[in-house]
Amino acid sequence: MIVLVSLLALVALAAVPFFVGAYPLGLGIGILGYGVLATAWALFSGPTRYISLATVAFFGIGAYTVAVLADLMPYPLVLLCAALIGLVVAILVGLATLRLAGIYFVIFTFGLAELVRQLVTYYEVNVTRTLGRYVFLPIGPEHIYWQLLGLLAITLALAFWISRAKIGLALRVIGDDPVVASHLGIGITRTKLALFSLSAVVMTLAGAIQAPRWTYIEPSIVFNPTVSFLTVIMALLGGPNRLFGPLLGAVPLFLLFEWLSANFPNHYSIILGLLFIAIVFLLPNGVLAAWDKFAARLKNKEARA
Amino acid sequence: MTTLSRRTLLQAMGSGALATALASLPTFAQDRTAIRIGYAVSKTGANAGGAGISTIPNYLLWVDDVNKAGGLELSKLGVTLPLEVTEYDDRSSAEETVRAIERLATQDNVDFILPSWGTGSNLAAGPTFDRFGFPQLAGTAVTDMAPQLAQRWKNSFWFLGGGHDYANALVDLLVKQRDAGAINNKVAIASVADGFGIDLSKAATPAFQAAGFELVYDKTYPLGTSDFAPIINEVSGLGVDTFVAFSYPPDTFALTQQSVVANFSPKIFYLGVGTAFPIYPNVAGPNHNGVMGVGGIDPDSDAIAAYFERHTALIGQAPDSWASAVTYASLEILGQAITRVGDLDKAAVSAEIASGEFDTILGKVKLVDNQLRALWTVGQWQDGKFVGLAHTERDASREPVVPKPAWVPAS
Repeated sequence: MIVLVSLLALVALAAVPFFVGAYPLGLGIGILGYGVLATAWALFSGPTRYISLATVAFFGIGAYTVAVLADLMPYPLVLLCAALIGLVVAILVGLATLRLAGIYFVIFTFGLAELVRQLVTYYEVNVTRTLGRYVFLPIGPEHIYWQLLGLLAITLALAFWISRAKIGLALRVIGDDPVVASHLGIGITRTKLALFSLSAVVMTLAGAIQAPRWTYIEPSIVFNPTVSFLTVIMALLGGPNRLFGPLLGAVPLFLLFEWLSANFPNHYSIILGLLFIAIVFLLPNGVLAAWDKFAARLKNKEARA
Repeated sequence: MTTLSRRTLLQAMGSGALATALASLPTFAQDRTAIRIGYAVSKTGANAGGAGISTIPNYLLWVDDVNKAGGLELSKLGVTLPLEVTEYDDRSSAEETVRAIERLATQDNVDFILPSWGTGSNLAAGPTFDRFGFPQLAGTAVTDMAPQLAQRWKNSFWFLGGGHDYANALVDLLVKQRDAGAINNKVAIASVADGFGIDLSKAATPAFQAAGFELVYDKTYPLGTSDFAPIINEVSGLGVDTFVAFSYPPDTFALTQQSVVANFSPKIFYLGVGTAFPIYPNVAGPNHNGVMGVGGIDPDSDAIAAYFERHTALIGQAPDSWASAVTYASLEILGQAITRVGDLDKAAVSAEIASGEFDTILGKVKLVDNQLRALWTVGQWQDGKFVGLAHTERDASREPVVPKPAWVPAS
């Protein structure tokens, strides 16, 4: 039943480009893009409670891979390469850092994004002597939309599967108490590494798919730290521990940002900052958790009445 | 923990949202009372500095100038209409730029769209301008790809040349000075490791070598460098008469100050973006005199002088002497193309821009293959003006002053 409903929803969403104009389609791409990023982020960070700010590092790697390889091989192969590169980087980084915890991990991941950006810049400046790269691919907005939709569906399916599989349970134990987890015989590092890599591959693909939309790629464009912050705040708003939580954060927040930037172009950043504070203040566990709490309170009241 | 109760906060947020929602109700009257101009420019983020100097002031000035003159005449519609602006902040993000243009084109239904500042944002916006058939007047994009881009996007127009134009012009100028015996054969180049610096140094390095110059220093420095003492100290011991920095604004100022402090005063002192900014003389004090850089203006042009006056009166400061005048000229071209076509047909206006000859503050201008090829490439501060020393088509407006005056030590 759930599968059927999901498939129907997917088909309906896939038909959207046939009925809407360029601007709604652009909105759709934005929403799907952040929906994918937030869901992928929550794959790893939800159960383990590791706040990662490395989203844009992988996102940018994906975009750069497309910029470098687009002229050399067919597009599906480029995507595959992007995924592989993302995977290798994630494994290397994961091996080095997943022993860190708490604030150290947050700082490291933020540094990672900057490190990747500087490495790419260094390479481009000193080896290829070009900083900007051009992506001319015959890929229109509707193709990007469909690819992102497909990626989102796969990511959600993976998240669903993981939450029911052994590895998901293991992750939750690790997130609750790593000591208990290791006493239970859970391979902590291995489990975290697997999930971190999976989430990183999805982020890499999200960047790769969106690269043709910009035509021109340079480090400051694709390694923009705002992407990492927005992803975190969206996932937190929706609730990183629910399947659809990150998506429920991404959709309203993205539309809100869009509305703000259309109507308050000069006060956007101030309002955004206040909003972040409000989310952390009022909905520390996300909208869905707040709703559950609210519903429970209603039930309590009814029971008492 | 906090005295701010949730309820008051929510109430405040709610009433705020309601008030703004009411304020932004769409107007339904669609009677044509104005020509709608839309733009998304970088008011915040990494590009805000450049946009705030070269792009936004000229958009404001052009709209002001046109409206003070009564608007643009649309002969086919039998009306003369003022310009009405819809503006957004693209927050220096390529994705925002693209979506803002989609919004302008399909939601705000503007008649013409002006591009954002910088090479990257103009390239990112290219396919979207093309898809909706809007003419794209890239006044602040420096790219050697311009001929190919104009082929790809038929309605795109490129006004600021490519890295090779500026690098080759500089080398030609220096060759003349060397052959006249004014400078020696040694050159030092420091470039910022970012788009502009790399583009220009990539073009300049081989050009210098081909001209027989000895490059005793040719290195990049990372974006965001604030201490230039190591670079200046190293270069000052190399016996160069020519120091070239393909730099960005904060570095351009810091390099000047560091050179003064270290008393490194080569005969030719050339800097990148920022040299042509109106604040450069304030930053460098008496030492701005004789400094060379990218860009330039014609100091004898009355049109340019009048433009500087209007700009200063409206914006509160003079324009920069490189991309500003070019950007303003691109808007004059748009305005004249609209009046010649006589209505708001985007395709006809684009065709007119591509083929017509226009009367601008830069003089008579005709685009070649959708590009402005008449460019000032090297400028020098002389008597308070950043005068053009080299032009792609015209003669120089002034002879270069070589050697530049020695630094006046900082007090």
